[in-house]
Amino acid sequence: MYKLKAPLTKDKIGKLRTGEALVYDGILYTARDQAHRRFAELIKKNKKLPIDLKGQIIYYCGPNPAAPGKIIGACGPTTSQRMDRFAPALMKAGVLGMVGKGERSPDVVRAIKKYRAVYFATYAGCGALLSRYVKNKKIVCFEDLGTEAVFALNVSNFPLLVAVDCMGGSIYDERR
Amino acid sequence: MRIIGHKILKRAVYALVTRANTELRSDVLRALKQAQSREKSALAKSALKAILENAAVAKKEKLAICQDTGLPVVFLELGQKVFVKGDIIDIIGRAIEEGYKKSYFRASIQKDALSRSHRPSYGPVIVHTDIVRGNKIKITLLPKGFGCENKAQVKMFAPTAAVAEIEDFVVAAVKQAGASACPPYVVGVGIGGTQDLACLLAKRALLLPIDKRNKSKNIAILEQRLNKRINTLGIGPFGYGGKTTSLAVKIKTYPTHIAGLPVAVNISCHALRSAAIFI
Ligand code: SF4
Repeated sequence: MYKLKAPLTKDKIGKLRTGEALVYDGILYTARDQAHRRFAELIKKNKKLPIDLKGQIIYYCGPNPAAPGKIIGACGPTTSQRMDRFAPALMKAGVLGMVGKGERSPDVVRAIKKYRAVYFATYAGCGALLSRYVKNKKIVCFEDLGTEAVFALNVSNFPLLVAVDCMGGSIYDERR
Repeated sequence: MRIIGHKILKRAVYALVTRANTELRSDVLRALKQAQSREKSALAKSALKAILENAAVAKKEKLAICQDTGLPVVFLELGQKVFVKGDIIDIIGRAIEEGYKKSYFRASIQKDALSRSHRPSYGPVIVHTDIVRGNKIKITLLPKGFGCENKAQVKMFAPTAAVAEIEDFVVAAVKQAGASACPPYVVGVGIGGTQDLACLLAKRALLLPIDKRNKSKNIAILEQRLNKRINTLGIGPFGYGGKTTSLAVKIKTYPTHIAGLPVAVNISCHALRSAAIFI
């Protein structure tokens, strides 16, 4: 199976095709509804973001806390749809990859094509299993949001499936 | 009168918290395994394999099956001949909050639905109470994830509506959920009552063992027909396409008014978690 290694580049993205399963080594930044809202507000006001999003992968995830002796609790994907209203602005700010579950809006698919980005799906509802691929976790910003804060997850062999490639082809269209 | 101390109640609820969140229901496990042997496509097969592997990891390592440990919904059936020392709803709520915290589950509750200004917390939970005969307490915990709760729908049909219209509504609700709510689904349907009761019936339908046939022949046939229709949608495990979009459709009914026919759909993801205990 193909191993995608950070950093993500337009070149690497250009070779990925919808439906392809791969594994990823590198950083995933978690962000869900409230973190997206904050990022989008800062971008709108032309303010500096707490992290540089250029070339990064955003993982739609609100992890469970780590039990003693563990790195993280269950940490599967949340519904991507809810981030659709913010995703184009984040791609404009440099995000190249997104990881979540389920369909994206036509607007997001257009933005993926425009910015030559990629949307991955990972095992939906399999948070326990996915916790095994996390090597370490660091809080990055928005700590007050609890599980909705931004964490940098350093992952290895993290399972991904190309759900929308940079040409705009979607796995969710093909099935019907 | 049978008297139950708050410690016994607390311990029982606490046990439910870990069981519901870390052990996938055996009926759901069975249905997933059957689905795995039915599926032909490699993607569908690998999705089901991941789901089953996840359930095994969660059970073994006492991890939450899903990071969304849900909004804990409690169904309390309180025997008329039981007396609980203390505020029973409060004891249950606190025991769940404590159980979640000590199990390192996620705090997912936003205290102010509108301003969203609070740090997510473990409570308050939701408790539905029924007073029943006898001297026992039955507590059922359904940690309801919101990926699928967001796909719930309700519609007030005319009393003269054809069954086919109701079927179309249920199938359309699942189609709209698409790949976003972690398929394969279990689809709960509530028919009758008032608008609010229909919603509750749909949720309660998710507590029924999915491989047990409905006692009413007509309803059993309707459940099977709906399940077949939903499985022709082709959404499949994880939404990657396949034969298994729904593991089962479960229906609960109640008498209703001559002027109406409320129908509600409550979808559950494949991580259908619930646990019950008698005290
Ligand atoms: S829909 Fe269910 S399985 Fe999917 S993330 Fe939510 S709780 Fe977990």
